[in-house]
Amino acid sequence: MKVVGKPLPKVDASAKVTGRAIYADDMLPPRTLHCRILRSPHPHARILSIDTSAARRIPGVLAVITGADLPVKFGILPVTQDERALEHEKVRYVGDPIAAVAATDEEIAAAACDAIAVEYDVLEPVMSIDAALREPKDERIQDYGGPNNIHKLVALEFGDVEGGFAHAETIREDVFFYQGNTHLPMEQHSAIATYLDGKVTLWSSTQVVHYVHRALSKVLELPMNRIRVIGAAHGGGFGGKTDPFAHEIIVCKLAMLTGRPVKCTLTREEVFYAHRGRHPVLMWVRTGVAKDGRITAMHFRTALDGGAYGSYGVASTFYTGALQTVTYDIPAYRFEGCRVFTNKPPCGPKRGHGTPQPRFALELHLEKIARDLGLDPVELKRRNFVQPNTRTVNWLRVTSCGLDECVDRVMQASGYATREKRIGHGMGFAVSTYLSGAGTAIYWNDMPHSEVQIKVDRGGVTAYCGAMDIGQGSDSVLATIVAEELGLQPADVRLVTADTDTTPIDLGSYSSRVTFMAGNAAVEAARKMRAMLVEATAAKMGCEASAVEVGDGRIGDFSFEEASVLAEARFGTLTSAGSYTPPRIAGPYKGSGVGPSPAYSYSACVVDLDADERTGLVSVNKIWIAHDVGRAINPLLVEGQVEGSVYMGLGEALMEEQTFRKGLHKWPSMLEYKSPTFLDMPEVQTFIVETVDPEGPYGAKEAGQGPLLPVPPALCSAVYDALGVWIDEIPVTPEKVLEALRRKSKGEPARYGPPMFPPIPYPPPIKVEPPPKDLDHASAAAI
Amino acid sequence: MLRLPRFRYLRPKTAREAASMAAELGTRAMFVAGGTDLFPKLKRRQFEIDTLIGLDFQSREIHDGGAACVIDAGVTLSAASRDAHLNAMFPGYAQAAGLVSSPPLRNAGTIGGNLCVDTRCNYYDMTYEWRKAAGFCLKKDGDICLVAPSSPRCWAVSSSDTAPMAMALDGWVILAGPDGDRELPVAALYRDDGIEYMAKRPTEVVTGLRLTAAPNTRSAYVKLRRRGSIDFPIAGAAVAVALDGDTIAGCRIVLSGVASHPLEVPAADEFLKGKRADREILKEAADLAAKPAKPLDNADLSHFWRKRMVHVVVEQALEIATTSTRGSMVKLSQQ
Repeated sequence: MKVVGKPLPKVDASAKVTGRAIYADDMLPPRTLHCRILRSPHPHARILSIDTSAARRIPGVLAVITGADLPVKFGILPVTQDERALEHEKVRYVGDPIAAVAATDEEIAAAACDAIAVEYDVLEPVMSIDAALREPKDERIQDYGGPNNIHKLVALEFGDVEGGFAHAETIREDVFFYQGNTHLPMEQHSAIATYLDGKVTLWSSTQVVHYVHRALSKVLELPMNRIRVIGAAHGGGFGGKTDPFAHEIIVCKLAMLTGRPVKCTLTREEVFYAHRGRHPVLMWVRTGVAKDGRITAMHFRTALDGGAYGSYGVASTFYTGALQTVTYDIPAYRFEGCRVFTNKPPCGPKRGHGTPQPRFALELHLEKIARDLGLDPVELKRRNFVQPNTRTVNWLRVTSCGLDECVDRVMQASGYATREKRIGHGMGFAVSTYLSGAGTAIYWNDMPHSEVQIKVDRGGVTAYCGAMDIGQGSDSVLATIVAEELGLQPADVRLVTADTDTTPIDLGSYSSRVTFMAGNAAVEAARKMRAMLVEATAAKMGCEASAVEVGDGRIGDFSFEEASVLAEARFGTLTSAGSYTPPRIAGPYKGSGVGPSPAYSYSACVVDLDADERTGLVSVNKIWIAHDVGRAINPLLVEGQVEGSVYMGLGEALMEEQTFRKGLHKWPSMLEYKSPTFLDMPEVQTFIVETVDPEGPYGAKEAGQGPLLPVPPALCSAVYDALGVWIDEIPVTPEKVLEALRRKSKGEPARYGPPMFPPIPYPPPIKVEPPPKDLDHASAAAI
Repeated sequence: MLRLPRFRYLRPKTAREAASMAAELGTRAMFVAGGTDLFPKLKRRQFEIDTLIGLDFQSREIHDGGAACVIDAGVTLSAASRDAHLNAMFPGYAQAAGLVSSPPLRNAGTIGGNLCVDTRCNYYDMTYEWRKAAGFCLKKDGDICLVAPSSPRCWAVSSSDTAPMAMALDGWVILAGPDGDRELPVAALYRDDGIEYMAKRPTEVVTGLRLTAAPNTRSAYVKLRRRGSIDFPIAGAAVAVALDGDTIAGCRIVLSGVASHPLEVPAADEFLKGKRADREILKEAADLAAKPAKPLDNADLSHFWRKRMVHVVVEQALEIATTSTRGSMVKLSQQ
């Protein structure tokens, strides 16, 4: 291959680093109005009245809207349409949008927001999982779900769990907590809308132009063909821009009312309120193992603090139980999950969506079991690894799997097995897996998940795809694949992406799906185009198509330009299309839509650190990480994604926490919400493992999320190695380490973490018969 | 995004003129030097003014007078941290300047500005909307301290890195008022109050800092913060130690980030006088120094832990000052 596998710079790198990329906030068409949003100062309150008259009288204010102007509810999941762009009946967290102003400048809009008088009937806020499980003092946060403030309860059982525990040699139970945190993208959310000739156009910093398109159609009550959504240059999402957001709907409505462009860029504080970040999750896990360390059964319970709205929460809840089986062969498995509503900004998908929390619990839990049995934790985990081409007990299809090779690489490089044992120095190990795209769409439909069109004209190649490059490099991947097939360089391929008017659909940049799905669509479209170019060239050369060589800007005896002229003369307009629909591999049970993916990536990680007994401070020296990406279409981008994941995982492990005090976000600012700086980042050695997946484009799988997952548990495992104390919740702050050391010195359990898991009224589990383990047999089984 | 409020910007040519402007305008106006702390606070509506009096006329020189040295107030923190003379004679001061915030902010922020930097509290350093939702506090727009509701006073924290070091070095600050100049010991510049934290008159402009090296004096500054950059101190120790062989002839320890003013700890200073600078003695001194520190729950990490960490920063600073080596010390952040 000529360009696939080469460490080429990103196609948009120079525009980004020279400031020429046009972000939504850079756009300022003539007569643009600026929008500010009035937000709730109360975590939980009924709205008695909203008086906007004083705001409307301020010179420069052109429109003021409230929930009465946008009453239709929306939400990312069809089952939880519980949000309003502006709430006029009830507010559910500090920051909930109530009214919006369009004015000639932002200061006037802000002053107008301050002039809006809202009367509230303040209700008791619900600020924790425990409080949400109890009967509410005043009223429930949402009017669905229940009992109390429970949003969703799920219970699934695969195989003979009781029997598995009965055969176990040892059974262990542990409780863990993973604190919530937020995405912290560099670019705040920003959107600008115009309304012309009865059509709305929205430019937005979003990961999901298609889902925004759908939500706008619903709330604005316009057909989708009257709305155009364009993804502006993107300054980072990490899952935080994967929902349709209030400000996106608001600027469209204000543009419709005023006939002028309207822009809204959130403040950093508002980004903390938009949130949709990592759910805080309390977890309980019970596992039985045989004498040889093989798992006989596992029972996993989760409780997710969801915040005030549904968002992706139902999916997040299932994800906290889905992928445990994708690294470890668990013959019998029960999962019970619960999501509660609290009066906080809604949680949603953040890099790893719902899976870093259980991964943290699972990895540490297995390590503790290994120590109970006197086994090497690495060895115990290895004995339980899944094998390629199998079905898991919960029906997930595993194809390529590089777990063993990932472990080999980090073990060899880090010297984990022969590490120096001294107090204050430790090494820790963990593995993980992640999806290469969700196998099912967010709303049920039979259409492809990604489509690519290619046009060739006068030697110029343009590829059209709805995929949104959020910095992960999806544009570069598209250009690389098209270039590879047509014998060109990525720079030769023009891209038109993420525009609902001009590009065919891609569902969006979430669940690590774009390389796999848009990549496969691009391969198909490019191969069709190549076939036309080759056929026309072969005819001219008087040879068989198979004799025509493609590469280095040439097709057979002709330059690419000449070949495109020959092909256009022969076929007319040169266009081709490709699409990708994931295989139907979901299991035969309710809830099986969360977890299946056409392929899974695998990671292994070793963390080396110093932890100080006196201060509790942890200083990470080095991280080794191996990631099975199937095939690196661009190894430079893969390394960037892996390092970025490690960075984000370290932030979560050591300092990031979205916490609240007196109903308010404690520190919605980039100064006080601590995320690591360059100086806090240790050296990272990345190993790319290539297992060449049979269904991925050129064998590629995901790269952007999976490598985050092993970092927090590996870090806690290393802290145990250094000081002999378990920190069973993250972030690992120095005061927690000192408290665990104090307990250890008093002869109490040498641990800091949640004391217990609360009683939760899970329903009786849906019992599911496991599939045949061998993939060929499983495929044959009726699904 | 958060916008700056509208304000008038005045450009006086001398400190005297700036002081006169301040006298005339009263509380409507503030001085601005680097603006690295002021501008974010204006965006958050922590100050309500309609005029800024620019201090960019101030010269930016470090006047090397051997043992005595005057640093112009306009010298940037970057320049101070790199200056050869300061590093040789007053290494603790250069270290403190180099540990303020991040490189871009040190390039703009001045040594005069850092002496005057506002006290901090995470109930106060928030946007107008957040403070409105939380209920306004004593320091701005409210009548209660949200950290210590039963207390009649404000507990915002002195967060200057260079002020405690300037105090430990017995520095003098040079002030220009509308009617003339005067000099004050840096220690006399501060008050133990989160709101009225400066003892200088509001019309007075800081024009320079005079440091005089006592014979055989070594200095060091150790800062505790969560990350290797950006963060304000959550505990810090500035020490200046005069050595006579390996005996401590005199010592001044001043703490940052644990009170509303740079906190002097005379008991520890007294204890060290005449003692040998060995590990056990330094440990004992650190215990004494930590006693008056009173961190509250209004900065990063828990105040219990910060209180315990005061020992560590003092001990490390004393060790560096007495041995000029960092040896096997715990990394407090990536410095």
